[in-house]
Amino acid sequence: MITEFGHFALILALVVAVFQMVVPAYGAHIRDDRLMAAGNTAAVLQFGLIAIAFASLTRAYIVSDFSVLNVATNSHSTKPLIYKISGVWGNHEGSMLLWVLILALFGAAVAAYGTNLPTTLKARVLAVQASIGVAFSSFIILTSNPFLRLLPAPADGRGLNPILQDPALAFHPPFLYMGYVGFSMAFSFAIAALMEGRVNAAWARWVRPWTLAAWMCLTIGIAMGSWWAYYELGWGGWWFWDPVENASFMPWLAGTALLHSAVVMEKRDSLKVWTILLAILTFSLSLMGTFLVRSGVLSSVHAFAVDPERGVFVLAIMIFFTGGGLALFAMRARELRQGGAFAPVSREGGLVLNNILLSTACATVLIGTLYPLALEAATGAKISVGAPYFNLTFLPLMAPLLIALPFGPFLAWKRGDLTAASQLLKVAAIIALAVLLIAFAYGQKGVWIAPFGLAIGAFVMAGSLSELAARTKLGKVSSEETIRRFVNQPRSIFGTTLAHFGVGLMTIGVVATSAYQAEKILVMKPGESVEIGGYALKFNGITPSRGANYVEQIGSFDVTLRGTSVTSLSPSKRLYDSPPQPTTEAGIHASWAGDLYTVLGDSQPDGGYSVRLYFHPFVRFIWLGAVLMFIGGAVSLSDRRLRVGAPNLARRKPAAAPAE
Amino acid sequence: MTRKQRRTALIGTCVAVLALATGLVLYALTDKITYFRTPSDIAEQKIKQGQRFRLGGLVAAGSVKRGTSATVEFAVTDTLKFQPVTYQGILPDLFREGQGVVTEGILNDQGVFVADSVLAKHDENYMPPDVAKSLKERGVKLGPAAEHKPNATVGAAPASSAPPSAGTAY
Repeated sequence: MITEFGHFALILALVVAVFQMVVPAYGAHIRDDRLMAAGNTAAVLQFGLIAIAFASLTRAYIVSDFSVLNVATNSHSTKPLIYKISGVWGNHEGSMLLWVLILALFGAAVAAYGTNLPTTLKARVLAVQASIGVAFSSFIILTSNPFLRLLPAPADGRGLNPILQDPALAFHPPFLYMGYVGFSMAFSFAIAALMEGRVNAAWARWVRPWTLAAWMCLTIGIAMGSWWAYYELGWGGWWFWDPVENASFMPWLAGTALLHSAVVMEKRDSLKVWTILLAILTFSLSLMGTFLVRSGVLSSVHAFAVDPERGVFVLAIMIFFTGGGLALFAMRARELRQGGAFAPVSREGGLVLNNILLSTACATVLIGTLYPLALEAATGAKISVGAPYFNLTFLPLMAPLLIALPFGPFLAWKRGDLTAASQLLKVAAIIALAVLLIAFAYGQKGVWIAPFGLAIGAFVMAGSLSELAARTKLGKVSSEETIRRFVNQPRSIFGTTLAHFGVGLMTIGVVATSAYQAEKILVMKPGESVEIGGYALKFNGITPSRGANYVEQIGSFDVTLRGTSVTSLSPSKRLYDSPPQPTTEAGIHASWAGDLYTVLGDSQPDGGYSVRLYFHPFVRFIWLGAVLMFIGGAVSLSDRRLRVGAPNLARRKPAAAPAE
Repeated sequence: MTRKQRRTALIGTCVAVLALATGLVLYALTDKITYFRTPSDIAEQKIKQGQRFRLGGLVAAGSVKRGTSATVEFAVTDTLKFQPVTYQGILPDLFREGQGVVTEGILNDQGVFVADSVLAKHDENYMPPDVAKSLKERGVKLGPAAEHKPNATVGAAPASSAPPSAGTAY
């Protein structure tokens, strides 16, 4: 009964979304305040209804109501409670419901907090947001209904894929979707602005907090997925350039570019046309990601069984919104007046370079991801495009971006002084040089380019701190004065510094673990020892054990470092009850210097076990870097000047605001 | 600097970056892609020595031989032809005889495929689409195990074993 209630709530939400799509937009057209205000109520109501639908599906999972087809297919009564709840979005139908829930959440948030928006713009934003909701709610109801019944109900469900039975499932998809779907805000604002025919610096100020929030969530969502794949898949890899990964990475690249170009638009009233285009493209890439993941047109290591028919529906949605958005852009872009001019060497110039490199990098990822499809359609040849392609095309574009990054904040708006900026980066350059020399001295076995990568990472980290040092006049004035200046810095400065520092940290992690990782595959008998990454590992043998819904074989290793015992690791092989599927659980010892990573393989006829051992130097820096980017975004978001509910800031002169 | 010079600088940068990117993309797409082949393809086509490609099919029943080292030998078949494969490493959890598999590596001069990564199917009832399509094209009948089950999962959830992180990333 409650399930039917949820089903009904979802259908009602669709009806409300149709209302929200039509009425406020019409109200904005004829300048009727009451019709426009109806959009606010509708947005909150739509969110409430979808939340009811979502809650009732969650309830069906918690009480294991196997008369619901979706629950019977994807859940099992013995599954721990956390996986019953997170299992709601561990399948296609439920994850799409989460998608529209988050979409409606963003819409409702604009309705509730966007009090400083001009009424016509707000009404149009809500209408566009609702149109996306209409498309995806229809998609769920027509093709992917999670509320369908299965009668008679089976005695028990088929269970959730064991690989998904992990705490990460509780966080990874929601954050990823908050990011993906959050970019719909940028899209809705862009379309609404094009409908208005008016875009100014204030527009960028309104849209930036939403974009930043979405970007933060996407950053942490991707990082969580990477970490999850790293410890769960048993291969020790953290990124595979797989189509499904690229699908989330492309909106991230475009979204990062959008964040930076919106700064220029906000501060200097420049780059308007480009920023609007980028807002449309970022969300289009999110939609394309949804299409690639849902349709399964590309073979992926992460993809599960998918349904081509649903794929066509999502493709239609994607073509409609991307095509419609771009068509509107083409019609209206000429009306957008360009703002202030700037010299090539200036803050604007630096941000333009950032945008050129990021969007080109995004394009190379797009080409690599779609090329197999195009080639198969054209010639029938089946190919895959993997890491070699992406390393060759993507990395050469990232290197100049990272080298240029620390200079950006030191350049003044309109016209910057590169020599002065270089002066201020002297210390950072010396640190980078030192890292380069140390890396060459110690890392003999890595590729020759790796030390340069580490040096670039160090340069970005030191460079972002240099900015803070320069702003607080560290060493130039008394320490009290420096502290006073430090405390008085606007939060967005700390946000920028933290995020850029995180980028540098991540660079070091990526380079170090890619270039200097150690790997050993061997057969070990109980009692035997082996050395890797400075650690000595003694294999003690295997003990069988029983978990909540699986049996496992747990291997045991004693780990010592220079004679002192460090830890013991217990990688295992599990066999789940339902579905009866084996998984590998890696045994990982984490430290600042790197991760010791052990995987247990098959038993050999002579009583040995094949084992795979890795040492990943600095691998944690990758995710730590992402966490810093997230925190940097959050600190920036808490800045009074950026706050969503802040009073209308359009009156404030952009020149009065401290430079970012 | 005049407005025109500024514009030239901007367009120049764009063109330079795009030219670089285009060059790299074109080079990478001719040199760095991996073809997918079935055992029958290998028998029919001439393959350049040392060219990396992916080999897909079913793990032939009774072909898996484990030595005393971590090296495993097995054969991949499309039911028409058999291709012997050696692999040093730990096989994915779902690697089993009679099931779909995709391996990547090179053909050595004895005609044995030396794989450095093995991808098995991702969930119980799934077959890599490339394998299913190739087998279908060759008229091989597939059991119900190869059909897709209506059990899709979230986007970027990790699903199966993947090739080890490329050691040459930089």
